[in-house]
Amino acid sequence: MPLNLDQIARIARLSRIEISAAEAAQTRDQLNGVFALIEQLQAVDTRGIAPMAHAMDLTQRLREDVVTEEDRRAAYQAVAPEVEAGLYLVPRVVE
Amino acid sequence: MIKASLRELSAALAQKKISSVELSTLFLERIERLNPTLNAFISVDRDKTLAQAGQADAAIAAGGAGALAGIPLAYKDIFCTEGWATTCGSKMLANFVSPYDAHVVQLLKAAGLVTLGKTNMDEFAMGSSNETSFFGPVRNPWDTAKVPGGSSGGSAAAVAARLAPAATGTDTGGSIRQPAALCGLTGLKPTYGVVSRYGMIAFASSLDQGGPMAKSAEDCALLLSAMAGFDPRDSTSLARPVEDYARDLDQPLAGLKIGLPREFFAEGMADDVRAAVDAALAEYRKAGAVTVEVGLPNSGLSVPAYYVIAPAEASSNLSRFDGVRYGHRAPEYSDLFDMYCKSRAQGFGAEVKRRILIGTYVLSHGYYDAYYLQAQKIRRLIADDFAQAFEHCDVIMGPTSPGVAFDVGAKSDDPVAMYLSDIYTIAVNLAGLPGMSIPCGFGAGGLPVGLQLIGNYFDEARMLNVAHRYQQATDWHLRMPEDI
Repeated sequence: MPLNLDQIARIARLSRIEISAAEAAQTRDQLNGVFALIEQLQAVDTRGIAPMAHAMDLTQRLREDVVTEEDRRAAYQAVAPEVEAGLYLVPRVVE
Repeated sequence: MIKASLRELSAALAQKKISSVELSTLFLERIERLNPTLNAFISVDRDKTLAQAGQADAAIAAGGAGALAGIPLAYKDIFCTEGWATTCGSKMLANFVSPYDAHVVQLLKAAGLVTLGKTNMDEFAMGSSNETSFFGPVRNPWDTAKVPGGSSGGSAAAVAARLAPAATGTDTGGSIRQPAALCGLTGLKPTYGVVSRYGMIAFASSLDQGGPMAKSAEDCALLLSAMAGFDPRDSTSLARPVEDYARDLDQPLAGLKIGLPREFFAEGMADDVRAAVDAALAEYRKAGAVTVEVGLPNSGLSVPAYYVIAPAEASSNLSRFDGVRYGHRAPEYSDLFDMYCKSRAQGFGAEVKRRILIGTYVLSHGYYDAYYLQAQKIRRLIADDFAQAFEHCDVIMGPTSPGVAFDVGAKSDDPVAMYLSDIYTIAVNLAGLPGMSIPCGFGAGGLPVGLQLIGNYFDEARMLNVAHRYQQATDWHLRMPEDI
């Protein structure tokens, strides 16, 4: 089922990626090419097959409930676009 | 020296025939001279490299330094390297100087290897030609009109042109093996979980795996022994005893059972690739190995399954790039939502955006079962095929790539054609198996051809043995591009 421009706009919004009207048409065509490839999967009978999320079928490890991280806030914030008083600055969200 | 193996370099350093500072300078000078043509490196920092080389020299002089101490090594720019720009080939991280080292970098630094620079790559490792890099395409040293493969194309070009003795790469769908094949190198993707993903910028977390790219299987064995190991900071790192991957290099091949998947030898492989692969198999038979036909009936579904699973994981992983904690922030925006949308639109290139959009769609309400869950079930079928095949053989062989290196620009406007260049490598990542590519001859235009080896889980030492014995009997891996 080919994607239309409304669906492209919706996916772009969900992805938090701004795309122009001109880009949207090109993106739709390219994505439809990829989905034509992916459609092959629909023809396969997978009844009774357990989905494989991971090569080793691992479960999450548990660890002792102790602090393992050291405080490196200054080093990590040095690479942030905008910080003040140890806080990340973003546009006002709540008036 | 530029042609020397890691063992030879190690001996020269230990015997004080050359210092690490001299060796590093030699490679830095080659980078300075040849990188403008190849664009294999994104970052080079002479002072940092030589300071580290000086420390290695001091450690060697003091005695007790490891076997690899003082050897320069290039890192794919996906590995976080403290104090170095770590861009992942993206405008998004063009100004990101990593505040910490990846586990792989920690281990290799501790072993005394010297950081020679950071190599170019497809943006966020999404590509098979190294053309999606924000820092421009990498050129293949065998023919600069051709791509080096991707996504670890900078690492491949750097080692092929002898700008570095060896390099690290990462492989999510073939990104070590395919550029190794296209540049005439030996590259190894370990079993999923053997090398820690900590500090390796994430693309598709259930598939990503780091590994060595070098001139020979022996070099790869030495590097993998230093790179592998349990790391609690990677939730999928496997707690296993440390291995010496070089231990079995010289074992004889008599009686080795090589599985040849009939699907890999059907249509799709170029004639020149087929001829080189067939000649390599004849060489193995001469060494006492036997070949048996095996089936991987679902391998044809690996590309479509991958292009659901990898973008799904990528769309989730790359959501961290929001212009708040690190990375590009748009200079102008109206509110928080607009800041996210503009920062990501400006920071990501076309292929990365495409994959994020695909991933978002296949994970969205109403489509999850049809696409994502179905792809995961097919992933199981693909892994089960390999399990059955390994009941009949010790190692699987076939081509790494359907053709030799293609022209820069030839596939860059056609995503699907580009995706199909990884048709023989992707199934290995979906199954989580170890795989290698070794040079096995030359095809059209004098360009290298790669032979792919696929091992069973944790069978890296045997795979390296199988590759090494071939390299003892042939000299394809010693050939290097001349005109560069």
